[in-house]
Amino acid sequence: MIDSIILWFLAILTAPFFSAMILKVKAFFGGKKGPPLMINYYTLIKLFKKGSVYSTSTTVIFKLGPIISLGSAITVLMFLPIAGYPPIFSFNGDIIFVLYVMGLGRFFTIAAAMDTASPFEGMGAAREAYFPIICEATMFMILIFFYRLTGHLQLSAYFTGESPLALWNLAGAPLLFIVMAFFIILLTENSRVPVDDPATHLELTMIHEVMVLDHSGPDLALIELGSFCKLFFYSTLISRLILPFGSSVPGGTFVVYIAGLALVYLIVGIIESVIARYRMDKVPQFVLTSFALAFFATIITLEFIK
Amino acid sequence: MSNAFLEVSNGEAIAREKIVHLPFNAFQENALSIVKQGGKVVQYFGYKDQASIKLMAVLRTDKLLVATCDAPESYPSFTQICEPFHLFEREIAEQFGIRPEGHPWLKMVRYHPNYRDLPDVFGNDYTKDIPGNYAYYQVDGDEIHEVAVGPVHAGVIEPGHFRFNCIGERVLHLEIQLGYQHRAVENLLQGVQAKRLPILAENIAGDTTIGHGLCMAQAVEALTGVQPDNGAQVIRTIALELERLANHIGDLGALSGDVAFLPPANYFGRIRGDFLNLALLLCGNRFGKGLVRPGGVRFPLSDDIRKTLDERIKELKPQVEHVLELLFSASTVRTRFEDCGTVSTHDADRLGLVGPAGRASGLPYDARRCFPAEAYGRIEIPENKKTSGDVYARAKVRYDEVLQSIHIIQSLIWAPIETECVETGSFDLSPSSFVVTVNEAWRGEVSHVMVTDETGAILRYKVKDPSFHNWNGLSMALRDTGISDFPLNNKSFNLSYCGFDL
Repeated sequence: MIDSIILWFLAILTAPFFSAMILKVKAFFGGKKGPPLMINYYTLIKLFKKGSVYSTSTTVIFKLGPIISLGSAITVLMFLPIAGYPPIFSFNGDIIFVLYVMGLGRFFTIAAAMDTASPFEGMGAAREAYFPIICEATMFMILIFFYRLTGHLQLSAYFTGESPLALWNLAGAPLLFIVMAFFIILLTENSRVPVDDPATHLELTMIHEVMVLDHSGPDLALIELGSFCKLFFYSTLISRLILPFGSSVPGGTFVVYIAGLALVYLIVGIIESVIARYRMDKVPQFVLTSFALAFFATIITLEFIK
Repeated sequence: MSNAFLEVSNGEAIAREKIVHLPFNAFQENALSIVKQGGKVVQYFGYKDQASIKLMAVLRTDKLLVATCDAPESYPSFTQICEPFHLFEREIAEQFGIRPEGHPWLKMVRYHPNYRDLPDVFGNDYTKDIPGNYAYYQVDGDEIHEVAVGPVHAGVIEPGHFRFNCIGERVLHLEIQLGYQHRAVENLLQGVQAKRLPILAENIAGDTTIGHGLCMAQAVEALTGVQPDNGAQVIRTIALELERLANHIGDLGALSGDVAFLPPANYFGRIRGDFLNLALLLCGNRFGKGLVRPGGVRFPLSDDIRKTLDERIKELKPQVEHVLELLFSASTVRTRFEDCGTVSTHDADRLGLVGPAGRASGLPYDARRCFPAEAYGRIEIPENKKTSGDVYARAKVRYDEVLQSIHIIQSLIWAPIETECVETGSFDLSPSSFVVTVNEAWRGEVSHVMVTDETGAILRYKVKDPSFHNWNGLSMALRDTGISDFPLNNKSFNLSYCGFDL
């Protein structure tokens, strides 16, 4: 239990660091030196030192947005089996709880955006509400898949200890589809290229960024930290799936996990460097691909795994 | 077909009495018939001649045509029949209070009271603040929403207000309202001392320093009878091409950045700087300020500098080609560029688009080829039109022109260039004269007109930046396009705010 709590703290502490890796990779591909790896900490500290500015047209919803979105992100991490260790909390069906806690965070981000009455933020909110709907369908398809394999609706049943390896042995080929589906969800949910462009300054093309335009200072810091944690959550899941190995050497499993995590961030960085963003009306097709993949994976397991 | 307008050459001084002065009806008939048959408006403006107000039009077919008439207080709008007059008529209405009756969209251009203290055509109260005090084109419907962008933007860019009428993500109509940077440049140019004229002209639009500088210099040269020597013409040509290179490359990089394809954005950002530095080498200023002066150039191109220039361009050329390849061969970039913001040849022709935006929509006009000045008469400028009219076409026009410009510069600097440097001094313009100059700057056709009075003072200085034609092209491109593609389209036109606002 103590281990799990320490890991949870570490996860929140190191999430900004891993996100900065993406910036480094992008800088490398762009022929630049890039910002230091600690940049996100500097940004957070800078933001926390500032004051917040609130538009007179906003209400308390606007102030609640950042707190709840961060709150949901760190709550979700409590249910996450990090490096194969059991999570802080776990119960049968927790994965559904987790999905909707994240949904709650998103709801309040959207509500806060709508609260500003800015036409941009409304547009961003509409987009942010639309794409995750497709993600949700994929997530439930993945859930059915895992349930078929393990008979549990519990994150710890899929990702602790040797269970990922067991999943590969049980249904390796369809799991490959699931990993890809997860990756698409990661890119969508975390507003990465090719779905969204986290680096742009053009309000009209943004999805996530435009919704937080009016937040400033500590509020913005909370949102940023929340999005680092969210990316960390998805990356951990994929890390455990792509490098499912344990090790008998003390700390070996941990090293393998970190390597997997770094690999995921690296791939995100490479994707952002080598492809352009999709046109907004093509994004749903891309996200739907994840559903198709998960759907096929599930169909395959229905047939072959009795 | 014969018409009453007088044929003139680019940069040729004409005595004012030679310019055909038509009765208004004949003026209107001739102007409309020229434009209806494919002619375009280069300049159309009002000016005060002693007590009366006159209108002057400079049109182009394959020649430049000019005529004047006495301005009526109101007249049936030309725009109803020929769209290229659209903004020019609004400008005249704003500057001289002359109402074009039946103009389809009679709105102020730059929000200032007219020069004659007449009642305002638009009914504006100029003591009130500017922003938002206008009626915008509106679309009605339950699901229509309006998005207002600017005039203050999220980046460090110039101010301009964009009003979108959308249904969901789809733009039905975009209206662009500019004028926030109106500095009354034309009035300043009319009253200024001779030695300050070049400095003002260079600062009409900072990114078109050479383009506007050249137009001004050629106009003054025509009216003073001074001919710049051969070497000066070559140096000016090189400067204009360097300006085109730096800007086109910057635009391509920005287009790449707008679709989140970072490597070319970064490389082109750097290479743009390299080309700006070549201008620095030429005259000590990265934007070419202080180079072009009436009568020639202020800095020679010594053999040392010429060789360095040659070496640097040799070094940069393969880099440019490589990054162009990287950008244009990426399939994800192609899917973003193609079929995005299409302006048909028909629309482009009716709006009178110029420059790369016009060529991308199938209008081959290039002032370097059609009305060559400086050293362009000796250079082969290939026709470079595309037919698709989308963002891809506008990017591809720039792609081709970047390589052409490099070629032009290389073909000019292999031999020694000698010139007698000039300094800005005062000059006497020939009295009662008229001159129009046209140059193809990187955005398209820049044109200046100078009209002098009996004493040789400037009676009217008219400036036209290519953006004056092209902003409506951007509106047209956005029709039926996703609102999220606006930044991409905007960048593919990359028009000037201050060049428009004057």
